Order: sequence, then C-alpha cells, then structure tokens
Amino acid sequence: MRKVAVVGVGETRFSGTQEKTGVELFAEAAMEAINESNLKPKDIKALFVGNVLGDFSEGQGMVQAFAAENIGCFNVPANRYEGACASASMAVRDAFIWVASGFYDIVLAGGVERAATMGTALATRTFAMFSDARYEYPSGITFPAVFAMLAHLYSDTYGIPLEKLREQMAKVSIQSYRHGSINPKAHFYGKYPDMPVEKVLSSFMVSSPLTLHDCCPFSDGAATVILASEEVARKLTGKPVYITGVGQASSGPLSNQDEFLPRIRAREVSAKQAYDMAGVKPGDIDICELHDCFSIASLIAAESLGFFEYGKSGEAWEKGEADIGGKIAINPSGGLKSKGHPIGATGAGQVYEITKQLRGEVEPERQVAGARTGMTDTLGGDGGTLVNLILQRGW
Amino acid sequence: MAYKLIFKDYNEALKQNKLLGLKCQACGAVTVPPKMVCTRCTSPELEIMELKGSGRIKTFTSVYVASEGREAEVPYIIVMVALGEGPWIMGNLEGVDPAQAGMELIGRSVKMGHKVFPGDKYSAGEGARPLFSLVK
Repeated sequence: MRKVAVVGVGETRFSGTQEKTGVELFAEAAMEAINESNLKPKDIKALFVGNVLGDFSEGQGMVQAFAAENIGCFNVPANRYEGACASASMAVRDAFIWVASGFYDIVLAGGVERAATMGTALATRTFAMFSDARYEYPSGITFPAVFAMLAHLYSDTYGIPLEKLREQMAKVSIQSYRHGSINPKAHFYGKYPDMPVEKVLSSFMVSSPLTLHDCCPFSDGAATVILASEEVARKLTGKPVYITGVGQASSGPLSNQDEFLPRIRAREVSAKQAYDMAGVKPGDIDICELHDCFSIASLIAAESLGFFEYGKSGEAWEKGEADIGGKIAINPSGGLKSKGHPIGATGAGQVYEITKQLRGEVEPERQVAGARTGMTDTLGGDGGTLVNLILQRGW
Repeated sequence: MAYKLIFKDYNEALKQNKLLGLKCQACGAVTVPPKMVCTRCTSPELEIMELKGSGRIKTFTSVYVASEGREAEVPYIIVMVALGEGPWIMGNLEGVDPAQAGMELIGRSVKMGHKVFPGDKYSAGEGARPLFSLVK
C-alpha cells in the first residue's frame, strides 16, 4: 500500500437553510480544495461524494455525477456514499483505499447536505430512516430518542445520578458552543460564547432527558478533501497531512446491540482498526473531531475511543480535560453541536478541521498548539455505520 | 435459501399479541426480531418460537418532537425492554404520564400488548410494535 496524503481541503460555511443548491454548495467546497491543492479539475481521477437525503431535500438523486460535471471533472467515475451521518467519512476512507492501492493518484472526496432546508418535521422523519424501518420506526423512534435512551442507560450503567449527568452533558454543549462561536465556518458562529448551564437545562425538552441545547442542529453545507499518493503530494505541497490509519464497522438495529450499550460496538471495532494501522494509541492523539450529534454522544464516543475511562467522560469535560489545552482537544471546531451537522458532509468537515489544525491554520483562539496527530470519529444512524480516521503531519 | 420468518408474518402475529422469534437449533440462542441467521452463532438452522412478551425495562425516553405525520402522537414513551428470553426489543409504554416518566422505570417488569402504526408514504405499509404496560 502507498502512503496517502490530504493535499487540499475546502468547506462552505455550515448554516441554516441555504439559497444555494446541493450541487452549488459542493462545487464551492470542491473548487476551494482544488485551488488549494494547486490542481486543475482535469487532474481529479474520481469523485466520491457523501449525500444522504438530497432525494428528499431537493428532489435530487445522483448528485455526484452532476457535481463532477459542474466543476469540470468531465466523465470521471463519481460515486455516492450513504451511511447516514457517516457518509462523507466513508467516501474519504474509500478514496484513501483507492489511492493507497495505486489505482488512482488523485481523488476528490467529500459530501453535501441540505438538512436544514427540509425543516424539523421532514428532517426528523428522514433521519429516523436510519433506524430499523420495520421493527423500530413503528414505536416512533427519532434520533434524539435514540440518544435520550442511551443517556438514561448511561446514567443507570455507571451509577451517575441523572441530574449530575445532565449537568455534565450541559458542559459538553457549552464547550462546543464556545469553540463554534469563534469558528467562522460554524453554524453558530458569533453565538453562545458563554452559555450558562441553567439555560441548557431549561431549554425545551426534545426527548427526555435531552433538551434543545443537548442536540445538534440540522445544517446545510458541503466539505471536500483531495487525497493524493505520497509521490504526487510531495510535488503539490510542503505540508502534506498523511492519513495513517482508517477504520470502518457496522452494526444492526439499536435493540440488537443490547448488552453492549450504551457503548457502540461498531465504534470500538472501527477505532481499533485505525489505531492498529497507524501504530498509535489514544494517548498519542492531540486533537479529535468526534461525533457529538447529542451531548451524551460525546461522552460515549470519548470513552470508546480510549480517551477517558468508561463512565468518567463527564468529569473530564468538567475539569477541562477535553478542552483546548487539556488532555486532548475535542471538537475545537465546535463539533456537530455548534459547527453544525450537514449529515452527508460532516465527516469531510471533520477532516477539514483536523487538516487545518495540523497545519496551524485556524483562528488563534482555537488553535491546538503543536498538534501533530489528529483523529476523526463519525457515527451513522444508531451505530449502524462507524468510521474513524487518523491523520498525521507529514513535515 | 428461504427466509424463515418474514416481517409480514411476524407483524400479523404481533397484531394478535403474539411475539414471534427464532430459536437456534445449533446453539439455543433466541433471535428477535427475525433474521436470516442466529444472531449469536450465525447458524441458519432456526425454528419459529413464540416468546412470552414479558421482561424488564432497560431504558426509556419521553418524546416531545415527532416525525412528519406523527405530530398528534406526542408526547409518548419509548422503551427498550430486555425480554425474559434474553433479546432486547423496542416498543412503547402505556399507563405512565410521559411528563412523570423517570429513572425509577428502569428495572420495572412489563407485559406486552401491541399497537399498529398505520404507515406513511415512506413506510411500505403498516407495522405493529409492542405496547408495554407495567406489571403492578
């Protein structure tokens, strides 16, 4: 296998309802990445695009082919990836594999979504399509309800009184809001720099115990990355960011994950693959963009990734150990909670952030000093799809 | 290879308050809902069995924001129940005020009835789910 580097990244702002189409959003992010890589559209040999609900949000299927043509990548193979919220990470991982194998030298991977455009009712319905349609949707399952049940289970499993856990969860949201408030690409840029715990706890209940401020927003946006072989990368950039480990795993319906919950087995399988391949341990990770679709999801993820002991993540957030300058900087972008969650693009957005952080190119207030090794964690559905990527400085 | 217990037949039984699953002839594990192979040992040698429909609540939530088309149903309680035979299953809980649902529900014994979701334009028809109630 060849070494593979990220040579360029691009991203629109993540936001509420956009006036731009999915193709337009993707094209803006893609051209930013192509220009940053010192490439031309004709240099791109394949396009791998995460897009989950374009069929529902704008009646557009097969967005990847139109996106390729739109940006001048004429007649290249273009694949769409659907793994719910992990779609773009699947696209990046597959792009990695194709470049590593030697089949392609340069691939553009990323994703686009208009989740905000759908509005809350349709978005809630379509997101619920990533639970089991026949055996679980009849119960009225929604995505907040999945993680709400995991929150109660977490409280019971680790013996943390619910009121205490809710305060810890609030601290997760508050940290993410603070980071996102100084990220110009974030959905909540300029908002909520210092949200009080009481405001999180007293906002309206979505699915008990999760309030509005425990939940990420529905966002519109796009993000792209360009991957190249080591040989090509060295010609294009003095700051190649190598993907040194990848992992992906799947699971069945939530109730069939039973006794392993509130841990997500697919994450532990996927993360181990990525760690083993990169030859690093959790303690080697300086910065992690993890899948905080809900506040409780951050606590669960940080434990399965090996950053904190099971049942202890909440304490870590309270002590600032998960903050910039702490033991590990988690979601300095603001994460899904504050940067936003355009589901088909989210994983590529995580890679965008890690790449910018490793290059030292983010706003000084949220730059993780000296970061050399970063990790992404993207969860699709209720653990049905999990992808982890490890990225390291190549200079 | 024919699927032993398809959704249509599982659903028809559930509408009669009968919860069907599959018992593995190789390892004895019970698989619910039905799948192609045993969820523990992957053997395809499975026999249809009826479960008791009783168990204990493992976790719950009260839902206040519904999907499109299901706005009239909120608030409602979703539970995951560990059945006496082992598997967990998702359903709703009746007889408890969603505003009062708290951690004391976890561990409570429940028995099963059913309720039918009539389906929407995305769902390829109706689907029943377990409707649990607390055993006093």
